[in-house]
Amino acid sequence: MNLFPELRKSFIASLWFMFLTFPIMVIRVNTIENIVEWRWMNLVFVGIGSFFLSWLWRYLLSRKEMGVNKKTDDQDRTSLVSRLMKNKQLIIPAAALLAIFTIIFPHIFSTYQTSIMITALIYVMLGLGLNIVVGLAGLLDLGYVAFYAVGAYAYGLLNYHFGLGFWTALPVGAALGALFGILLGFPVLRLRGDYLAIVTLGFGEIIRLILENWNEFSFGPSGIANIPRPSFFGMDLSIQWATVYIYYIVIGICCITIVIVGRLQDSRIGRAWIALREDEIACQAMGIDKARTKLNAFALGATWAGMAGVVFAAKTTFINPASFTIWESIIILCIVVLGGMGSVVGVVSGALVLILLPEYLRAFSEYRLLIFGAILIFMMVFRPGGIVSDVRRVYRFESSAMDDKPQEYS
Amino acid sequence: MNYFLEIFLGGLTRGSIYALIALGYTMVYGIIELINFAHGEIYMIGAFTALIVASVLTLLGFNTLSVFILALVLAVIYSCCYAFTMEKIAYKPLRQAPRLSALISAIGMSLFLQNYVLLAQTSDFLPFPRLIPDFDFMEPYAHIITTQEAVILITTAIFMTILTIFIKFTRMGKAMRATSQDKVMAALTGIDVNRVISFTFIVGAAAAAVGGVLIASHIGMINFYIGFIAGIKAFVAAVLGGIGSIPGAVLGSFVLGWTESFCTGYVSSDYEDVFAFLFLVLILIFRPAGILGRSESNKV
Repeated sequence: MNLFPELRKSFIASLWFMFLTFPIMVIRVNTIENIVEWRWMNLVFVGIGSFFLSWLWRYLLSRKEMGVNKKTDDQDRTSLVSRLMKNKQLIIPAAALLAIFTIIFPHIFSTYQTSIMITALIYVMLGLGLNIVVGLAGLLDLGYVAFYAVGAYAYGLLNYHFGLGFWTALPVGAALGALFGILLGFPVLRLRGDYLAIVTLGFGEIIRLILENWNEFSFGPSGIANIPRPSFFGMDLSIQWATVYIYYIVIGICCITIVIVGRLQDSRIGRAWIALREDEIACQAMGIDKARTKLNAFALGATWAGMAGVVFAAKTTFINPASFTIWESIIILCIVVLGGMGSVVGVVSGALVLILLPEYLRAFSEYRLLIFGAILIFMMVFRPGGIVSDVRRVYRFESSAMDDKPQEYS
Repeated sequence: MNYFLEIFLGGLTRGSIYALIALGYTMVYGIIELINFAHGEIYMIGAFTALIVASVLTLLGFNTLSVFILALVLAVIYSCCYAFTMEKIAYKPLRQAPRLSALISAIGMSLFLQNYVLLAQTSDFLPFPRLIPDFDFMEPYAHIITTQEAVILITTAIFMTILTIFIKFTRMGKAMRATSQDKVMAALTGIDVNRVISFTFIVGAAAAAVGGVLIASHIGMINFYIGFIAGIKAFVAAVLGGIGSIPGAVLGSFVLGWTESFCTGYVSSDYEDVFAFLFLVLILIFRPAGILGRSESNKV
């Protein structure tokens, strides 16, 4: 790489960004006292930052372009994680360690840590649910949080009016989620990708606005308080033990979810989803019922959101519409995209990274959404597959003489 | 009758602001088939730039008219620059990628720009100075239409006319139409497609900035979140009219503006946004291509 032109390009980029961010970064108007605050230091930061970032950006872009040209060993590199996972000698001890760690986690860490972990695990559930809709079926759903809200309010309201417990509410929440998924699914069946995104977004906002404004039904913006935590065989637990208990419940549900989603992926429905994602017309030509497959995806995706909602309500004991804004949907989408669309391991690690990191990097917490935005762009440009990209099954005829069956590669 | 007329004109004003924003969506969609999710943010940045410039100039002692003109011009320039940069960073590397990738990248851009303004400025609502003075000759009609609304209507009409002429009769307009019909063929005839795409983003941003300044001085308050809701509504308007079609976007915007005005005027103001979204869902169910859009059949 030639040094001088690169330097010049970076310098121009840095000047451009200094110009671009000048009014918003440098000037702050205090409209009450009519004082203008000049923050020249910010300009210096932007200049230096964009100088190096533009260098990095061009370096990565050129590397990406080179990667496109020589795609030969690409397959080996992208599937590093998945190859590790295929390695039986490594995976069994690792899984055992992980299992022990998850089981003793609430006993070695404080209630606060456990509570954060529960939040992260709820997002794992949400991510896995959304993964069905976005990752497998390729339907961009920006209103996913609506089903989450449906689950949470189902538990809150059923408990308030009829005194239903957590374990009764869990299947009810899941069923209501699925029902709403189908309700949303019907009108949008005919829509193409981007229209679908907007309609689902609108649907999510409608649900939130209704919850916010219909005071008689949902108690409006003040929400529902005093939702009971799950009781342990009829015993009411102290907060500390209830947290541990919820932790185990969530771990249980997550494991079940992972197993079910993993099985679904390889099932007839899962294959149909992937076919639908790849090419709708070809998929219909193969005799797959498009409408039913899409509805399946919506309903199954929403089921997990409904369940996660019930767990969320039980964990926080208080819900209001502010927890179910569009940004929540987008954070869940971030999890799926960052982790790797369609890959279960990816979504789990994506959820843990995106939810746990901001909790422990408190100093940066206000930059959280800014960084999320940057991550979305960055991932789409440089690594559209996510951290752990979904491995496509490749069937190849080795040699017909050796074996009649096509061998499976990953 | 006066109440009706007031609501009607209120809806028209609302509609013309949506139209200015919707233009950006519909033009970008027409050319690269991307929902530019971050377009609402451009509108918000336009309004913020205007606010900052106007405040600084007012403190320096400029008179109202020059403050208004300078704020508007700078807002348009900065919005255009932001849109240009945005396209280069978030969309250009994804030209060949699946459409879902570009859409997610656009969502990321929207999130980034919102939080950038939130962190660099403030999360509070800022009072926006009244840049448009009340004219005396409008006084008798003040109970029906305010000066602000009249200015918004007239500016929108002028902008739309210029845009129509531009697209119909100039070289660049012709190149834009060609690119939206067939990108490869346009490139073969010697059109610099990348330049046309950049240019489309810039024109859309200019319209959004004008809309941003006008509506902000009409309502008198802005914060970092205004772009999002306005953007979504404008997108709804563009879809209503048939996305990709410019007259469609304008028509859809007016329809949406009236729907909202009449529903809030005669039914309930709590559910203003719900009406907009319900309307969108209904239109898409019964006429997925929009009012003026042509339905495309998939070719294999």
